[in-house]
Order: sequence, then C-alpha cells, then structure tokens
Amino acid sequence: MLGIDKKDRNLLVVVAVLALAAPFILNPFPAGSELAQFNAGYPDLMQRFVIFGIFAIGFNILFGLTGYLSFGHAAFLGVGSYSAVWMFKLLSMNVLPAIILSVIVAGLFSLLIGFVSLRRSGIYFSILTLAFAQMSFNLAYSVLTPITNGETGLQLTLNDPRVLGSSATADGSIPVTNLFGLEMRSTYEMEVGAWLFQFNAGYYLCAFIMLAAFYLAMRIFRSPFGMMLRAIKTNQTRLNYTGLNSRPYTLAAFVISGMYAGLAGGLMASMDPLAGAERMQWTASGEVVLMTILGGAGTMLGPVLGAGFIKYFENIFSKINDSVLHGWFAFLPDGMENALVTIVHPFVGKGWHLTLGLLFMAVVIFLPGGLIEGGQRIAKMFKKKKGSSSDDDSEHSPKQAPHVAE
Amino acid sequence: MGILEVKGVNKRFGGLQALGDVNLSVQENTVHAIIGPNGAGKSTLLNCLVGKLIPDTGSVMFDGQSVLGRKPHEINQMGISRVFQTPEIFSDLTVMENVLIPCFAKRDGAFRMHAYESVASEKEVIERAEAMLEDVNMLDKRHMHSASMSRGDKRRLEMAMCLVQEPKLLLLDEPTAGMARADTNNTIDLLKEINEKRDITMAIIEHDMHVVFSLAERITVLAQGTPLVEDTPENIKGHPKVQEAYLGQAH
Repeated sequence: MLGIDKKDRNLLVVVAVLALAAPFILNPFPAGSELAQFNAGYPDLMQRFVIFGIFAIGFNILFGLTGYLSFGHAAFLGVGSYSAVWMFKLLSMNVLPAIILSVIVAGLFSLLIGFVSLRRSGIYFSILTLAFAQMSFNLAYSVLTPITNGETGLQLTLNDPRVLGSSATADGSIPVTNLFGLEMRSTYEMEVGAWLFQFNAGYYLCAFIMLAAFYLAMRIFRSPFGMMLRAIKTNQTRLNYTGLNSRPYTLAAFVISGMYAGLAGGLMASMDPLAGAERMQWTASGEVVLMTILGGAGTMLGPVLGAGFIKYFENIFSKINDSVLHGWFAFLPDGMENALVTIVHPFVGKGWHLTLGLLFMAVVIFLPGGLIEGGQRIAKMFKKKKGSSSDDDSEHSPKQAPHVAE
Repeated sequence: MGILEVKGVNKRFGGLQALGDVNLSVQENTVHAIIGPNGAGKSTLLNCLVGKLIPDTGSVMFDGQSVLGRKPHEINQMGISRVFQTPEIFSDLTVMENVLIPCFAKRDGAFRMHAYESVASEKEVIERAEAMLEDVNMLDKRHMHSASMSRGDKRRLEMAMCLVQEPKLLLLDEPTAGMARADTNNTIDLLKEINEKRDITMAIIEHDMHVVFSLAERITVLAQGTPLVEDTPENIKGHPKVQEAYLGQAH
C-alpha cells in the first residue's frame, strides 16, 4: 500500500500518530501546576513545530541526500510568506490559494538561485547561496519596500482590495485566514480533570500537510532519483562517467527543497498573516541547518525531530527566568539556593542558546548521525540486553539501509 | 575503420608537449593495450578520449561520431565506459545500489525525474543488476556497504558497473596498479573471462608487462607523447625500438 515498504509504512504511522495526538503528548502536565510551563501543547508552538518540520524535511532532501549545504534556504521561506500575504491581501482569506502560490513562487525563485549557485560545489556553493539570501534580505528592507513593506513587515490592513471576500468584517476588523470557512485560529478546548488540551484548526491543517510532505520525501528517498542524489554525495566523478548528468539532479533537488521551504513560509503566513524580512536572514537559514544536523542529516525522521527540539528550546527554555529558578530551589538553604540559581542562570532564559549550543556540540562530537543515531544506539543496547542478535533497526537511515534494492 | 579512431591528436600543457601527433585505431572486439614509460602521455591520451581534456588539434572519432567537446556523461552515453586507476565506486552505497545506478543510466539516459517510483518496484533493472553481480561472483555481497570491501573487490565491482552498461568500448586505466600479485592475477583472469564471454572491445593503459602480454591482442607503445610502434604482442616483445624506449630502461 502507498508504494512504500513495511518499515517505511510503520514509520509513517508513528509520525502520523505523534502529529495527530500532539495536543495530548505535548501537554503532559496539568494546567496551573509548577511544571505547566514545560507544556508545549499550545497552538502557536505546535504550529511552529510542524511548519519548521516541513522546512527541515525539505532542506534534508537537498543537504541530506546530495550533501550540498545551502545557507540560503530562509530566502525561500521568506518569499513564500510574502506571496501568501499578498494573496490574502488581493485575492481571498482562504489559505489554499495562498499556500499554492507560495510554493510556486518559492519554486521559481529557487530555480533561479539554484541555477546560478549549482555551478559550484562545496564551500563555494554554500557561500553563493548565503550571498543570494542576504541579498534578498537586504533588498526586502530597501528597494523592494513597495512589495515587502520594509521594516514594518507586510501586514493586512482594513483597505486591502480583496477580490473574493471583503476588506473588513461587519464589525470593522480585519478578516481572519480560513480554509473554506474553517477559521485557522479556531480552537476547541477540552478539559480533562486538571488538564487542558487545545485542538487548533490551523495546527491540524499544518499537521496534515506535514504528513503529506513527509510521505512525499519518503517516496523521493526510496526512488531512483533519490538514489542518484545519494550517488552525487558519494562520488560525482563516477556518476558523470556512468553517463549521468549531475547538474539537473542537483537542481531538481534544490528546487524541491526550495518549494518545501516556500510551503513552510506560506503556512506560517496562513497561521499568522504577516511577513517580515527577518525571516530571510542568514540566522534563519542557519537554524534549519542546525535542525537537520541535530536530528540527523540524511535520515527520514531526524530533521523533524531536530526542528521540534530547537523550537522547544527556543520557546520553553527561554521562558525560565530567575524567579522560576528560585521557586525550584526554594527547598534549599538560602546560600545554596542562590549559588545554584547563579550557576543555572546562564543556561536558561535568555541563555537558552548556550544550552542549545552545548547540546549541538555534544551531538556533533558524540553522535555524528544526530539524535536519530542516539536513538538507534539506545535501541541496540536494549536489544542486546534482551539477548537478541538482530541489529536491524536502521529504517531511518537510508545510508545503511540496503532494503531499497530488495 | 576501427571503432575508435584517433587522428593527429596534439596536447600541450604550457611548454610540455604531452601528446604529439598521436594516431591510434582500436578495432572492434579486440583488446588493445597502450603501454609506455612514466610520462609518456598515456593518461593524457585517455583523458582526451573520455572528455576530461580537449586536445589542441586532431580528431577523436568513436563509432563514426566525434567525441570532442562532449562532456564525460555524454561520451558514456555513446558507449564508452571507463575503469579508473583507483576504483571509483559509490562507497556510501551498497554493492547492489552501485550496480543499479549504471543500469538506470543505461535505461533512462543522463537525467530522468523518477522521484515518485520506488527502486524496489523496478523489477527488470534489479534482475539485470543481480545477473551482473552473479557474473562477477558478488551476488552474496550485494547488501554490503561497498566502502568496507577489499581493493580487489572494489575493482571487481567497478568492472561490473561498467559492464552492466554493455559498453561498446571499455577503457581501463592501469587496472592493476598498486595491486598485490594475487589480486593482479585475479584481475587478469576476470578480464580474460569478460573478453571471452562478451566479445567486448577493450583499451587498456598499463604499466605491468605481465598484464599486457597476457591480455592484449594489439599493443601500441607510446614514448614522449608519440606512438613508437603498433603491433602484436609477439612482435612488440622483440622490437628493438621498444626495448630501448621502455623495456630496457624501466625493467
């Protein structure tokens, strides 16, 4: 079924269950409790998890398979966001045309940038993509202000000439994004005892699109095309002398991953209809590189995991301030409490980057295959303890998985 | 007319005349060796044949068409496969995948956007690749990571990758360079077997006299970028000019 083998199907089912049950899984602590701040199950953050998951899945098609490290993918995300917001301004508040347009525009833009950048490989390719992205970022701030609205960012206003739909609602406010009437911000809240679970329409739209994107990436990974991309990473000389032209393959991979980025950008704007140039900055491009490497480049699940990890840190760890720390260590004598708070302080709150940086270093040094490799090692240890000799748990890693050819 | 016709090829690198007026004709279904001391221009000549270098003057015709100005992948699609001095394989991929890639290249050409089909559903291609691996006695290693194989096995795999494309001409660049005597003999046997089974045209660039004399039907001796003599192995062995230019010095 679905044209994928059993292992992949299982993986897809796991991802689907995790995505659909996320409002439960990410809200393990009762609302109002001490630990409630570690809950990530609110719509805004869950949307970000899956949107950046899509971004990273797409980036992984380029970087994980071909080894071409693009440092400019945020440009496509930004372009996708702008396209979507323009669609909201001009056509309709329905997210579907906006998302479609953002994918198309990002695809065309990545075709252009890829065509030029892919004339070089290795570090020169990375620099070229970085240069293009920074160029786009600066243009968005300066000469392209009529399109991007410069520093303020592109937003909806009360006098947008919306062709299908009205400029303003009856009560004089800006209409909200919807999917054929289903408002993206509409949330169903469910109270179970002390717990509060939120089911947001926008999140579920993003989650379904993420699942489709994940499935598509899986097909690409297992296709002859994906095999060629991995061959490019390994040995381009041999590939050329085997009668294959590597350029169109890399360009196709680049455009596909650019379209994924555009999709992510379009979804971002669909959840919150504004777009700013900072989405295209090099730090945003670097973030997706971090996500992919942290999770495990070249693996199916890794990039999604990495995206979730980084977004969790960014949103949850950064909220822990000194008063929260004092609350945690209140049971200790005052001197010790203050000392502990002083030690922990640089790692949380505004210092979350430090924790993430250390984690990233640890992963790169000890787990070059990313968090996925960590998971595999633990699974292996577990299996050995059980006394089973099978070490066949590499379904996430196409590098080691020979089953594509069976 | 041979399948490969090299006429009046010159190649200069700055002040060095790497190739001077090279004429060479490789006949169909023969094993043609090109020998010569270090720096004779053997590798330069080979690179001119596969599109890595473009000669300054002269023509290279393959199967009635010029190869000059074509890119390596285009020349391969014309029917020339190349074995490298150090085996060039896809070392991150499995043995099976290594052989599948040339199969796809042969069937689908230089580029095809087959991103939605799965490799596993390409039964014909898989059968072909398996038959090839069986031929070179590597079928039991098909799930192996190709990086973890011995040098001899890598060479064998590279040969299988070339042969599965059924090339009209197989170019071998010092196929036994750096090999132990046993591996060298294995390679000779493999090449002999290929030649008997498949009626393939081969051009071998080689240093090792043992290899050359056990395989070649025609030999061209290259010295300082120019062909000295072209003849059968028996005649080459006793040729005074060759002895002087090559055998006398080097061995």
